Amino acid sequence: MKEIRWHGRGGQGAKTVSQILAQINLREGKFVQAFPEFGPERSGAPIRAYNRIADEEILIHSAVYTPDIVVVVDESLLRSENPTEGLRPEGILIVNTACSPEEIRKQIGFRGKIVVVDADRIAREAGTGFANVPMLGAVAAVLGTEWPIVEEEVRRAMGDRMGKEMLEKNIAALREAYAAAKGVGSAR
Amino acid sequence: MRKVMTGHKAVAEAMRQIEPDVVAVYPITPQSEIAEYYAEYVHDGIVHTELVPVESEHSALSACVGAAAAGARVMTATSSQGLALLVEVLYIAAGMRLPIVMALANRALSAPINIHCDHSDAYLARDSGAFQIFCESAQEAYDYTLIAQRIAEHERVRLPGIVNLDGFALTHTAQVVEPLEDAVAKEFVGPFQAVYPLLDVEKPVTWGAFAMPDYYFELKRAQQAAIEEVPAAFLAVQKEFVRLAGRPYAGFVDAYRLEDADRALVVLGSTAGTAKVAVDALREKGEKVGLLKVWLFRPFPYGAVAEALGHLRHVAVLDRAISFGAMGALYSDVAAALYRRKDRPALVNYIYGLGGRDITVEQLQNVLVELPKVRPDEALRYIGLRE
Repeated sequence: MKEIRWHGRGGQGAKTVSQILAQINLREGKFVQAFPEFGPERSGAPIRAYNRIADEEILIHSAVYTPDIVVVVDESLLRSENPTEGLRPEGILIVNTACSPEEIRKQIGFRGKIVVVDADRIAREAGTGFANVPMLGAVAAVLGTEWPIVEEEVRRAMGDRMGKEMLEKNIAALREAYAAAKGVGSAR
Repeated sequence: MRKVMTGHKAVAEAMRQIEPDVVAVYPITPQSEIAEYYAEYVHDGIVHTELVPVESEHSALSACVGAAAAGARVMTATSSQGLALLVEVLYIAAGMRLPIVMALANRALSAPINIHCDHSDAYLARDSGAFQIFCESAQEAYDYTLIAQRIAEHERVRLPGIVNLDGFALTHTAQVVEPLEDAVAKEFVGPFQAVYPLLDVEKPVTWGAFAMPDYYFELKRAQQAAIEEVPAAFLAVQKEFVRLAGRPYAGFVDAYRLEDADRALVVLGSTAGTAKVAVDALREKGEKVGLLKVWLFRPFPYGAVAEALGHLRHVAVLDRAISFGAMGALYSDVAAALYRRKDRPALVNYIYGLGGRDITVEQLQNVLVELPKVRPDEALRYIGLRE
């Protein structure tokens, strides 16, 4: 079973993409959970969301304490939220940043694998302004999911929430981040 | 087809397939999304239900009582303080033998105010006359909503029923659920047969009558007879559902790895899943441990519980609410179930998870490991509490 923790800020859509990640993995025949940090949410406040992904039925209903993968959607949370807390030493930290993995390592001292994605730039250039979708692309790549499934499930999940033009921009951002992270190697 | 959905959505889907004539509901965290999904179905014309957007839970269940007496199939949903506000009317619904099914998103009662899970709301409704089912997963919440509808409407039962699902752990967690096809679900639930409907003006009847000392007692005895019909209806409906859906449900309780066990936990709700993981981990180490999950909490299945636990040496009963000044409600039931047996396990009562305090695999393992050394007495023990 893989456990994933997302760090974002209220309104950035971390919870939304954690749910899409569950859909993607269901398509892959996995059992999944996606849940936000339970409680009231406020725009801009730090939030956490979680995934569990497994080959067998997931019975556990407690919180995630020792994630295999931590995703930081908002770089400012690197300092304020201690995102590597509980992260397994062999785990993977995926950060939305323009910095290199070495620079991030210096900042927070995490010894495990660090994957960086400049999701803010990707989102800006794609014209979506939301880093959550490219971060989802990076996570899916790290998990080793095939691209067609990722694209299809994002289209299915987001298709009726936005116009066609904005959907295509999001798919472009998703694709770029997926391709960038795929080169780094998967968690399989 | 397997889908990813929250417990909310799972319950709302079951309600959509049941398609009651009337849903009267007032939103409260963590139940609100059930009401929201259903309102959407009504708005989109997917269901032809009269949705009554009332001003409180007391009014919600009052509207349900009126509609059910009139002859409608009726459902609602609530949580915590909402349950507390409507519990007056719940006793009335039970006394009037109205088959209203209600999802209860389990949440702690105030004060202090808290929106997270425990079972204090379900325990508040314990003696109301409604039957109560506890669910381990969103799948069970879906399945038992359909099953509860059939039990409530069973001709020998005709009582309100509560389907409990843990707030957040089940309501807000997206997980894999395999719903029935609409046609299959609808056929399983079947058409609604109103009994003595108020709107049948050809045959006028009295509902909600006044009863003095000369009759009240007999009417309450008749109500007890009705809830005593629940177990037979539960088994029959569950069996029919299992044939249809192929789920591993058999009986009032889920006895997990108990056959050759010497120690076990007894729990309600989503903690059962976490406890199964704890049991599996200890079994790997050769420890003879097991779990009893109680599906049907009211009426309490004394015989099935005694049968499942009688051969054990040590049992920890976990209550997710304090019954202030007494042992936990589930503990008291389990103790009563075992009292008449000559051989019975030593019983210990643990309180856990109040106000959403997390319960982990490790904590549950610790309980099972320490259990043989714990003195079985009338002291409450607490899991995950700072003291």
